Amino acid sequence: MFTKRVIPCLDVHDGKVTRGVQFGRAEEGGLRNVGDPVELAMRYNDQGADEMVFFDITASAHGRDTMVGVIERTAAQCFMPLTVGGGIRAVEDMGAMLKAGADKVSINSSAIATPELITAGAAKFGSQCIVVSIDCKRTAPDTWKVFVKGGREETKWDAVAWAEEAVRLGAGEIVLNSIDADGTRAGYDIPITRRISEAVGVPVVASGGAGKLEHMVAVLREGKADAVLAASIFHFGQYTVADVKHFLAAEAVPVRIV
Amino acid sequence: MLALIDYGSGNIRSVENALRHEGADVKLISDPSRLADAQAVVLPGVGAFGDCARGLRERGLWEPIQQWLAADKPFLGICVGYQLLFEGGEESPGVSGFGFFGGQVRKFRAPGMKIPQIGWNSLDLTPHPLWSRIGEHPYVYFVHSYYPEPTDPAVTIARSTYGETFAAAAARGRVAGVQFHPEKSQTVGLEILRNFVAHI
Repeated sequence: MFTKRVIPCLDVHDGKVTRGVQFGRAEEGGLRNVGDPVELAMRYNDQGADEMVFFDITASAHGRDTMVGVIERTAAQCFMPLTVGGGIRAVEDMGAMLKAGADKVSINSSAIATPELITAGAAKFGSQCIVVSIDCKRTAPDTWKVFVKGGREETKWDAVAWAEEAVRLGAGEIVLNSIDADGTRAGYDIPITRRISEAVGVPVVASGGAGKLEHMVAVLREGKADAVLAASIFHFGQYTVADVKHFLAAEAVPVRIV
Repeated sequence: MLALIDYGSGNIRSVENALRHEGADVKLISDPSRLADAQAVVLPGVGAFGDCARGLRERGLWEPIQQWLAADKPFLGICVGYQLLFEGGEESPGVSGFGFFGGQVRKFRAPGMKIPQIGWNSLDLTPHPLWSRIGEHPYVYFVHSYYPEPTDPAVTIARSTYGETFAAAAARGRVAGVQFHPEKSQTVGLEILRNFVAHI
């Protein structure tokens, strides 16, 4: 049976896993260090995570080199799908991450700035490698706009229109992060997740807002997401990946239990 | 020595890591003359069917691999490396595969299913040495939009269902191919690779 994926996300700053309280607080020192990314990845691997996302929030050349090392060390020990995002601005950056052992690269602001990057990456590595991550925010009762620069800058793009365009350009998967929900632990943004999942023919990963296990059931069922991504609920030991899987299974959501 | 064919197709580091983890003496081979020292071949493949076929031909690897297959020597094709064992496919019309198995590679077409299939799916297994110690319905990781349809159903050693049921693995003699990624399928995948290495 084809299953829904549960994906822990590790925000990595200078080679260490961190998690801000809410979007964009990195600069304000609001980060809480929760450990070594490779060690955490191993733990989630053992718990049966379906995939792992590493997000580099360092946003510097030094940070990128550090990230390559993190991916290399993880890929040597964790035999599971790995996605890397953050700081990827060119096809060469994608190549470096894939060569280090990543299976997919995730681009966000750089895709908005240079949409051709999606097409170039898909042509060189295949669409299945290219994930477009979208930060969106509800700006009117029925409108979600795409934001960049860590949620600080509004773009001209409507979130659904940008998701459709990204797929047309070659994206093989969409990660949808709700700025409104991120860090609140009050649940995923279900309406926009559902709209985008219904609008595109590629998998949609829901991100931002997970606080309770019921939130995951809701976004997978009503939000029609193909996967759920979460960070803090795993990092602080509130739930293990296995807890999530067992809960989803009990709610009749198809998952892989190891 | 196990020859992991390096022909510019995507990321083979993970396959190398996983095979090494299971005790194989892995060498990345892009020079056809070095196949003479090999006891087994693993052919990975990421990207388009036509690009992979071209990459092998450009490096002079096509004919040696064709002969390897004909000689029934240990071989494992992964993802597009599996698809290339068939005659050809919808993704790259006019490009021939090795034709080791009869049949074409076709695109998923079940309505309402997202393409590519990305994620974990279970297998229905037919007994085969590759499947030792992995249980009856193991979960493995897939990333693909196309799958081969063998003309002879007897070569199919695993089936999976994504809107439609397809051949997730095929084998004849000592040659096998898998559509999923054992190198990304955690314990189950490592066990499959260990079984391959053990039978070299």
